[in-house]
Amino acid sequence: MSGRTGSTTRPRDELRAGTADASSTPAGAEGLAGPEGSNVTRTVLSATDMSRVVSRMAHQVLEKTSGGDDVVLLGIPTRGVPLAQRLARRVEAVEGVILPVGSLDPTMYRDDLRLRGVRPLEVTEIPDCGVDGMVVVLVDDVLYSGRTVRAALDALSAYGRPRAVQLAVLVDRGHRELPIRADYVGKNMPTSRRESVAVRLREVDGADAVLIVSPDAP
Amino acid sequence: MNHLLSTADLKLDDALLVLDTADRMARVADAPVRKLPTLRGRTVVNLFFEDSTRTRTSFEVAAKRLSADVINFSARGSSVSKGESLKDTAQTLEAMGADAVVCRHPASGAPHRLASWVRGSVVNAGDGTHEHPTQALLDAFTIRRRLGRLDGLAVTIVGDVLHSRVARSNVWLLTTLGARVTVVAPPTLVPLGISGWPVEVSYDLDAVLPKTDVVMMLRVQRERMSAAFFPTEREYSRRYGLDADRAALMPEHALVMHPGPMVRGMEIASSVADSPRSTVVEQVANGVSVRMAVLYLLLGGSGAERESS
Repeated sequence: MSGRTGSTTRPRDELRAGTADASSTPAGAEGLAGPEGSNVTRTVLSATDMSRVVSRMAHQVLEKTSGGDDVVLLGIPTRGVPLAQRLARRVEAVEGVILPVGSLDPTMYRDDLRLRGVRPLEVTEIPDCGVDGMVVVLVDDVLYSGRTVRAALDALSAYGRPRAVQLAVLVDRGHRELPIRADYVGKNMPTSRRESVAVRLREVDGADAVLIVSPDAP
Repeated sequence: MNHLLSTADLKLDDALLVLDTADRMARVADAPVRKLPTLRGRTVVNLFFEDSTRTRTSFEVAAKRLSADVINFSARGSSVSKGESLKDTAQTLEAMGADAVVCRHPASGAPHRLASWVRGSVVNAGDGTHEHPTQALLDAFTIRRRLGRLDGLAVTIVGDVLHSRVARSNVWLLTTLGARVTVVAPPTLVPLGISGWPVEVSYDLDAVLPKTDVVMMLRVQRERMSAAFFPTEREYSRRYGLDADRAALMPEHALVMHPGPMVRGMEIASSVADSPRSTVVEQVANGVSVRMAVLYLLLGGSGAERESS
């Protein structure tokens, strides 16, 4: 999958939002401005902010799960996976606990497959310990409609029965369409549906940043 | 991609997308729950004018793992045996709301005609002596899983190339994927137009095997042998059969493939067919993954263009 698909807010959650246009521009902060220069890009989290946010989330995970016992981190591709790995590294640095990290692609469980074109599948990699009886923390970059998380919950049930499932997201931008909320939120970011949120990660995009792209008022 | 009719018009990107998707699908087989809700509410019709339990079952399992409804429609005992034409059958399927039709037909080109008559996607599951694209895709998938790549490999296809749709589909697909294909067959079983194919032709299996990464044995299709193409089965076996001594000529890593059903002792010796370098059983399992991938890619979306390509 090209960087294009993930370069703005999960295009997969933009089903009814009018922000899909932004996803057609190439990656890179400057590139987000359309050919007519009609988009305004604002940096919301810098690389240092982001590192601080991930640190805080790691502490919260440790606190809420009483030291990370039986915790499995499952990233939702594409950007949830490196985020899950970062969380695990931070937890290890703080507490010396090594959390198993995997990935969970919910594509096959989505309810909007028929409304959009076919999307390429991503990797699902469940750690060897499995998910039965564990506390699974789903990790994603942006929480928006909640449909990705709903699909991920379904996908997870195909692999076992966790004791509890929690959700960690770097950005919560609101506009939920389902009764889903995150247990750990890096940054609450109220947005308009016309805007889109772009999470950039070093592992995928070469640099860390969270940007808001808003179409300029005509 | 609306239909899968031939590997000749499959572009490299499309072929790789199918193989990558199949790879993800194969992981589903490892999950405790092997059923996905992806194609819930979709209908797949298996329209088989020729008997083929193996291919039909493979498509059926693939569709069911994706939660599609499956209707098996075989020509025997249906209105086709009462003289109904392919077009009438197509219209019936259309009226029943088939989202995909998996078609096996003894006439080359039948699925192409069908594709122009139905709104759903058509998957060619073997048409006459023309093509069998999902078999080629599963062969390519099997090779890639075992050897890690396809680009630059030397693949040798041995046997009844004239009647083999598997051989045709494989030649186009493997070439697209960057493999070099050599065809080895008795002169009488080499198709006339082979000079136009991107392959080398040889009549000496022993000379080709040492430079071969993958050898694909074809079935000698007794049912299509209307004339004497070779003197005796014994002679065929001696010159083109793969026995243990011949298999030993191949490099250590080389694979032996067969689309099945095998005629043991004639095309392939039992010891070779059951050896660790044989992929015959894997090919069956991989067939389900590949067919799941094809059905997902054809039916998973709105039928419009793919999201990102």
